Amino acid sequence: MKVHVQTEVNGEAVEFLCDPTATLLDVLRDNLGLRGSKEGCGTGDCGACSVELDGALACSCLILAAETQGRSVATIEGVATPEALHPLQSHLLKSAGLQCGVCTPGIVVAAKHLLEEDPNPTEEAVRYFLAGNLCRCTGYDKIIRAVLDAAAEMRGEAA
Amino acid sequence: MSEAMDFKVIGTRPIRPDGVDKVTGRASFGADFSLPGMLEGAVLRSPHAHARIKSIKTDAALAASGVKAVVTGADFPQVAAGAIEGGEGGGDFADLAGNVIARGKVRYHGHAVAAVAAQSRAQALAALALIEVEYETLPAVLSLDAALAESAPLIDEGLMTSGLAEPATAPSNLASVIEMGNGDLDAGFADAALIVERRYQTPTVHQGYIEPHACVGRWGQDDQAMLWCCTQGAFDVRSMTAKVLGQPVGSLKVIPSEIGGGFGGKTTVYLEPLALLLSKKSGRPVRMVMTREEVFRATGPASAATIDLRMGFSQDGKITAAEATMAYEAGAFPGSPVGPGTMCVFAPYRIANFRIKGMDVLVNKPKAAAYRAPGAPQALFATESAMDEAADKLGIDPIELRLRNAVEEGDSAIYGPKFGPIGLRACLEAAAAHPHYTKAKDAGVGRGVAVGFWFNVGLQSSAEVHINEDGTVTVIEGNPDIGGSRASMALMAAETLGVPYESVRVVVADTETAGFTNVTGGSRVTFATGMAVVEASKDIIAQCCSRAASLWSTDEDMVEWRDGAVHPRPGVNVEAKPLSLKDLAGKAGRTGGPLLGKASLNARGAGPGFSVNLCDALVDQETGQVQVKAFTAIQDAGKAIHPSYVEGQLQGGAVQGIGWALNEEYVYSPEGVMENAGFLDYRIPVASDLPMIDTQIIEVPNPGHPYGVRGVGETPIVAPLAAVANAVSASAGVRMTELPLSPPRVLEALDQA
Repeated sequence: MKVHVQTEVNGEAVEFLCDPTATLLDVLRDNLGLRGSKEGCGTGDCGACSVELDGALACSCLILAAETQGRSVATIEGVATPEALHPLQSHLLKSAGLQCGVCTPGIVVAAKHLLEEDPNPTEEAVRYFLAGNLCRCTGYDKIIRAVLDAAAEMRGEAA
Repeated sequence: MSEAMDFKVIGTRPIRPDGVDKVTGRASFGADFSLPGMLEGAVLRSPHAHARIKSIKTDAALAASGVKAVVTGADFPQVAAGAIEGGEGGGDFADLAGNVIARGKVRYHGHAVAAVAAQSRAQALAALALIEVEYETLPAVLSLDAALAESAPLIDEGLMTSGLAEPATAPSNLASVIEMGNGDLDAGFADAALIVERRYQTPTVHQGYIEPHACVGRWGQDDQAMLWCCTQGAFDVRSMTAKVLGQPVGSLKVIPSEIGGGFGGKTTVYLEPLALLLSKKSGRPVRMVMTREEVFRATGPASAATIDLRMGFSQDGKITAAEATMAYEAGAFPGSPVGPGTMCVFAPYRIANFRIKGMDVLVNKPKAAAYRAPGAPQALFATESAMDEAADKLGIDPIELRLRNAVEEGDSAIYGPKFGPIGLRACLEAAAAHPHYTKAKDAGVGRGVAVGFWFNVGLQSSAEVHINEDGTVTVIEGNPDIGGSRASMALMAAETLGVPYESVRVVVADTETAGFTNVTGGSRVTFATGMAVVEASKDIIAQCCSRAASLWSTDEDMVEWRDGAVHPRPGVNVEAKPLSLKDLAGKAGRTGGPLLGKASLNARGAGPGFSVNLCDALVDQETGQVQVKAFTAIQDAGKAIHPSYVEGQLQGGAVQGIGWALNEEYVYSPEGVMENAGFLDYRIPVASDLPMIDTQIIEVPNPGHPYGVRGVGETPIVAPLAAVANAVSASAGVRMTELPLSPPRVLEALDQA
């Protein structure tokens, strides 16, 4: 038996039918066609599937899709506006904070959540906050710099 | 040569052409592709490390709900032995085919035994449980010592050692032996004032790309097939898959997706032949995506190695003799990178008397795959650890010791050719002067130095440059962009053509659109494919000159290309204003048709890459935990086309090397089951483990490339193992010779000290 779910994704009402065992990540990718969230591990270790659920940062591979009934999901697809990238996205590009780019959506979602909680994090705070987002290409250096620069820009300081 | 060049866009740091797609989640990676009517495939994997397959029954699985096809080894053709050309790992097609799906025997836990395609993944997984395989288990061979023991169980009963002076008379697990040497080893050691002799060991590690392997295969009734997959080389996937399936190369089209990391691990095939055969049987497209656990159990890894090293030094630090016996685990099929390991082990130094022996050894673990400078990190871990110990014992500064032995232009490399311009000395001098090296160490901190080296390769590449009607430029090439190479290609095209970077778009095309191009690997893309892009751009320039001359009713040698436009040569009496690329694009229809430049080449003259790494590490004397406090990577890039992405290679390689040195290893049960097949227990470095990774790019131009480029992708992972180990040894006060330097191992060493 499939489960009928009504929820909100990136501010839009959506409904879908899913297996009771389907994860939110499965449904985002396969039912809703939102494939920006990536599956790197399926066990909540890599952060490539990071989303916000009712404003809380979460690995969408660890959430059952059925649990999202009546709630609100935010994904990488909702981060930029039609006119502009989010400062985090711009600074990741400017700093070359991505190489292959597969971890990048998760990094953007997680770092955005961090900066909403703490607009002026230290380097150490960024490193600990992003410790659940694995990147195998960059060694993190340019990602951390991009987050600090984006934070400065968002605070209205020259990055 | 580039020393005299005044670059306009090369060396700047523009935003990569594919950047916006990748920060918005729009870029399509391996698992992101789908087709209407697509089935989901899944693989049944061996529960044993070593067993004979007595029978496989698939009837129940085939009859299960939603199941459309099942394949086993019996469905695949026998593939004849034959060398795989142009791949980074090399190897043999028969071994490749045997690794894709087991026939007769399973050789490692996780070896593919059967595959199923069903309407849903859940149905496919349920069907796997219905396949009955009868195994006769065999003793698992899990270490080099066990594999080489007199009565070791044979992984391949027909394997006769190659490379021996006398042909092997009986099969063994020793696939091949490589030996090289020069001079008088005994005399060299007799001259030594100091001999360092140690056994160094490195574990099995994984490339650890974040994106699991994925593909969609579609087979047509006309035997024409298509594959969409994440790979470092669509043409390699094409040739390997065609060979495993016994099909002509031209019947298969491979469309590469964006690739979520590879590091050498995506230069071969695993799922692709299975997906296509399932598609053939079912008449439907089939998608296959590995789980992370499957990635660990059945792909990669990099070889574990044991290296017995002996180096002799004079009182003033000159190497008098060096000897290495290097055994690398191949995994379940021949083909460890011990060959390049033997060529790299002493490559940074002038050594008159040396002997090197390499052994490629089968064990019941996954078939080793290329991992960034395959074979070199293990080798240089040994050599650079010994150099550090010698510096300490001789009372010579470790950088100075290396300077006294460093190879320079004109020296013959230990592996044969004469070095052209190389940057080892420049890197060492930069390291000695670097603030990281000159500043005092914090209390308890150990500082390690190490040299890295990789040959870099050329191989075959093609490129087309299309000039659009308005003078904008499209570059078509065949190397999946794994770390910003579209930006490098666009920079080189823009520089050559004299147009703005922003007017160039770079397309990574499929096997029917791009000309043949070898893998994204071997640190070859910016060098070799870059050279093809430059040549194709020069082809455009030649055509522009010809067309302008024709428009001006003059001879071609009366015109010249300058600043992005054709000009009459100085002194030539032609009344004409210069014709830019844009002007000529607008006149293309009247001057001979579309402007299309092309080049295909087998790039020679890849310049070797040298690096020096500095590491400050602090050992917690109570827990054995190591903290990397500072790390600096210095490397010769020849010419950095896009410096940010060169720095990124240095930083990423450094951190992979730090992981290899400190945390990463396959942990096996006595039965040969990997016990840490997930990112929680196989711990790659995370952001909070690390400091910023400082970089310094050295530019000793490579005369083999029009802009002086030498590859930069692989060398960065070579030096960190010893740089970290040397720092840890200094901080701990004990010489550490076995990786990883995990807390239990460091504690044990501290206890024994």
